[in-house]
Amino acid sequence: MSDDTDELDLRTLDDNELVEQMHDDLYNGLREEIEEGTRILLERRWTPDVVLDRALVGGMQIVGVDFRDGILFVPEVLQAANAMKGGMEILRPLLAETGAEPIGKIVIGTVKGDIHDIGKNLVSMMMEGAGFEVIDIGINNPVDKYLEALEKHQPDILGMSALLTTTMPYMKVVIDTMKQKGIRDDYIVMVGGAPLNEEFGKAVGADAYCRDAAVAVETAKALIHARRQARVARAA
Amino acid sequence: MASPGRTLVIACGALARELMAVIRTSGWQHLQVQCLPADLHNRPERITEAVRQKIHAARGRFSQLFVAYGDCGTGGALDRMLAEEGVERIAGAHCYEFLSGSSVFEQLSDEEPGTFYLTDFLLRHFERIVIQGLGLDRFPHLVQTYFGNYRRLVYLAQEPTVERLEAARAAARRLGLEFESRHTGLAPLAQALTFVKREAVAWAG
Repeated sequence: MSDDTDELDLRTLDDNELVEQMHDDLYNGLREEIEEGTRILLERRWTPDVVLDRALVGGMQIVGVDFRDGILFVPEVLQAANAMKGGMEILRPLLAETGAEPIGKIVIGTVKGDIHDIGKNLVSMMMEGAGFEVIDIGINNPVDKYLEALEKHQPDILGMSALLTTTMPYMKVVIDTMKQKGIRDDYIVMVGGAPLNEEFGKAVGADAYCRDAAVAVETAKALIHARRQARVARAA
Repeated sequence: MASPGRTLVIACGALARELMAVIRTSGWQHLQVQCLPADLHNRPERITEAVRQKIHAARGRFSQLFVAYGDCGTGGALDRMLAEEGVERIAGAHCYEFLSGSSVFEQLSDEEPGTFYLTDFLLRHFERIVIQGLGLDRFPHLVQTYFGNYRRLVYLAQEPTVERLEAARAAARRLGLEFESRHTGLAPLAQALTFVKREAVAWAG
C-alpha cells in the first residue's frame, strides 16, 4: 500500500534519477531533501567531490542560468542557496578529510560602508563548491582589513563586493593602496555587485568584473590558469 | 513645437507626490512632471533607457528638461546618458539623500551603515515593495538573510502622522530592527531642486 502522503522516496531512485531529482529539489529550495539526497549518494559510495560537483553545483548552475534569464528571482535563488548549504555542510568535513588541494584561494569581502552580503555569500558558496579555498572577511571592510587578510592568507584572488553606488568607489581605494604598496600585481582582483559593470571594473583597476556567481567561478578559474601558465612560461 | 517657458521634470514615481507638493507650495507653475513607474527600481538596469525614451519623447515640446532620479543603482549609467543628452538631474545618489538632505543622510549612514530607510512612499507601499518584492510573504525566514546585517530602520518622514509613525514602527518590528524616525518635511527636496529654482528665476525674469 502506498504512503498516503504520496511523498517521493529518494532511495527508490537510481543514481541518475536521484541526481536529477536533487537538481529539481535545489531549484525548489528544498533543503531537507537535498540533505537526504546527499547522504544517500554518500552511502552509495559516491566520493564527496563528485556529489558536490554533479548533484549540488550542477543544480545551482541551472538556478544561475534561470536567474540570469529572468525566470527566477532573488528569493528563489536564496532558497536554492540555502538548500545547497545544507548539502555542503554534510560534505565539507568529508572533503577536508580527502586532503585534496584547493584549485585556488580567494579572500573575499564587502567594502567599507556597505553591509550587504547576499551576492558575496553566493559567490563564496559557488567558489567553495568549485574547489576554491574561500576566506570570507565579511562586510564593511576598510582597506586595512583587506591588506591584513592578503598578508595573512596569501590568496591567489582578492574579491570585493558592493551593493551601493555610494560604496562601490571604495574598491578603487583598496586597489590604489595595493599599488602604492607594490603588491597589486601579486593578486588577481575581481569585483562584483549589482550597480557595477565591466567599465567600472576597468576604471578602478580590477582584473575582472563578474556579473554573477557562476561568472565569478569561471573567471577565477581562467585567470588562475592564465597566471600559472605565465609563471611556467617565465620560468622556462 | 516647444511651449515657451515650460519645463518638464522626468521623475521617479516614488517622488511623484512629494514633487507635486513642492511645486504647489513653491508656486513653480511652469513645471510639469512626468513619472516613470517606481517599480523600475526592481530592475535598475532598465532605468537609464526608460528615462532616455522619455527625454526623446519630450524633446522639442518643452524649453527645458530635468530629471528627478538618483543614480538608483544604475552604477553611473544614468549620469553618462544624461551627459550625452545634455540634461541635468537632481543632485544625490538616491531619494533618501535628497529627501533627508545630504548632510543628514551622510550622518545617518556614517553612524550606522546598517540602516534601512523608509520614506512616505515606501511606507505606503511597504507590503508590495518590501515584503512581496523580497519574497518575504512566501519565505518569511529570509528576513534574516536580507536584514541580518541591518541594525535599525529610520523612517524619513515627509508628512508624518500618528498612524504613519505607528506603521513605520511596526515595519521595523517585522524586520527585527530598532526604530527611529526623522521628520524631514519637504524642504530638503525643494533645496535639492536647485536647477528648477534657477529655471524659475530665469523664466520669471
